[in-house]
Amino acid sequence: MSTTGKLVTMRQAVADHVPDGCTIAIEGFTAFICFAAAHEIIRQRKRDLVLCRLTPDLIYDQMIAAGVAAKLVFSYLGNPGVGSLHCIRRAVEHGVPRPLAIEEYSHFGMVGRYMAGAANLPFFPLRSYLGSDMPAANDQIRFVDSPYGDGSIAVVPPLKPDVAFVHAQRADVHGNTHLWGLLGTQKEVAFASKKVVVVVEEIVDEEVIRRDPNRTLIPGLIVDAVVCEPYGAHPSYVQGYYDRDNDFYLKWDEWSRDQAATEAWLEEWVYALPDRAAYLDKLGRETLDRLEPGKLEADPVNYGRYG
Amino acid sequence: MDESKKITSSEWMIVAASRALQGSRTVFVGVGLPNIACNLARRTHSPEMELVYESGVFGAQPARLPLSIGDPTLVSGATSVVSMADLFMLYLQRGLIDIALLGGAQIDRFGNLNTTVIGDYHKPKIRLPGSGGACEIAINARRIFMIMRLSKRAFVPKIDFMTSPGHLDGGDERVRLGMPGYGPDKVITDKALFTFDNPEREMTLAELAPGETIESVQAVIGWPIRVANQIRQMSLPSAAELTVVREHLDPQGLYR
Repeated sequence: MSTTGKLVTMRQAVADHVPDGCTIAIEGFTAFICFAAAHEIIRQRKRDLVLCRLTPDLIYDQMIAAGVAAKLVFSYLGNPGVGSLHCIRRAVEHGVPRPLAIEEYSHFGMVGRYMAGAANLPFFPLRSYLGSDMPAANDQIRFVDSPYGDGSIAVVPPLKPDVAFVHAQRADVHGNTHLWGLLGTQKEVAFASKKVVVVVEEIVDEEVIRRDPNRTLIPGLIVDAVVCEPYGAHPSYVQGYYDRDNDFYLKWDEWSRDQAATEAWLEEWVYALPDRAAYLDKLGRETLDRLEPGKLEADPVNYGRYG
Repeated sequence: MDESKKITSSEWMIVAASRALQGSRTVFVGVGLPNIACNLARRTHSPEMELVYESGVFGAQPARLPLSIGDPTLVSGATSVVSMADLFMLYLQRGLIDIALLGGAQIDRFGNLNTTVIGDYHKPKIRLPGSGGACEIAINARRIFMIMRLSKRAFVPKIDFMTSPGHLDGGDERVRLGMPGYGPDKVITDKALFTFDNPEREMTLAELAPGETIESVQAVIGWPIRVANQIRQMSLPSAAELTVVREHLDPQGLYR
């Protein structure tokens, strides 16, 4: 595989890898949520996407309000620490701006689906769903008898998205990616997906990666494109780079209350802007300074030279 | 501390939950009141307690009140930070969690929880967040504490959707289904504390907050509540506990 030419703009990555109707995963559990990718997908007016994510969060609330999605696969539908996701509720309850199909799991079920997808297994067994109404609401959650005589166990099918956007701290130009903090399902979704776009705060020399190989969560081998997008996860956060913009999460509750207000926000912050750099300019230095996390460094470790 | 400052219903629940956690080594924490209760327990009677979050954090020592279960303050200074796959498989499913704290929109007499919908699943009156990790937590944690405000809307004879199984239809049904954990052990509310300490595993009124009676509690529960032989009073939060909550854990009063 060629390792040159993976470094592209977000515009290029979305144009190349997100056809209408595809199944897409932009994961990251509270952290590393790649809003930069979502906004570019909205700007390019993609349609009929199947959106996969444990916690749809504001990112899918925005995408669904913009009308890019036909279906949502998820396990927790809320604005974490705040309340409801109003846009998704509008789509589910009233078909606004478009009807939205849903397919619902628990967190462990979604994690298991990515695990099965990543490891090329026919299903993933987990000790969940017993006695719950969730299997009745979603016939993809099933039970099988253990061939070793331990009774019945729940299984979920593999999930293999057409494309995943995986945000992280840093990568080299080949897509070898360092990530630390809440790992979420970033590794599993990357290995499960047919194509992977890595989005990072900074591009580093290959030697930086090789000096700390235990931190390489995703190898360039499975990466199709690399995008450098500082603050690309705002208003979520990147461990050690910036804090979560909790004010934004609180205000979104207000901005998203009705479709017209949401569309006005999308017009101002997404459609009217050419790219992420313009978004950061508009956001302003003061906000970014407010999110500065300070320093708490790990001690260096010695890998040894061995030759 | 200003002793005249009225103890709020949230503070009753936080302190009662914190005390109930005494002796637990590993606690699976959610945001909001459970989070404050667990941090209070760690700062008072149980400094060895390991706080576990489904975001993949084991042994969190948050320097500020986390606004979500994925707050970066949970990562910095933690014992270990792992993938969600490892957290669910190696910590929860492996059986390493002593107590998990859960809540919900509806609960029934056997501690079954609904966090999915009010009304029909396909045509909901209210769409709630869904399971998150609650379903597998309810099945795998050794014991479950619920923290919920007592109200007729929440304590219902039949929940609209079973998201997370409690004692199901009661008795030994969990054991027959092969569930690893005991299930619901305590329900901590602002007016009373309930246990399931009987062969039917039915929610039982065990403690009353000051000013409450069996009748006042029954008035906000949607089924005839079982009452323990001896009812105790929920003990008053201490000045030391209130100081930790008010001055350190929730100085802005977000959860008062």
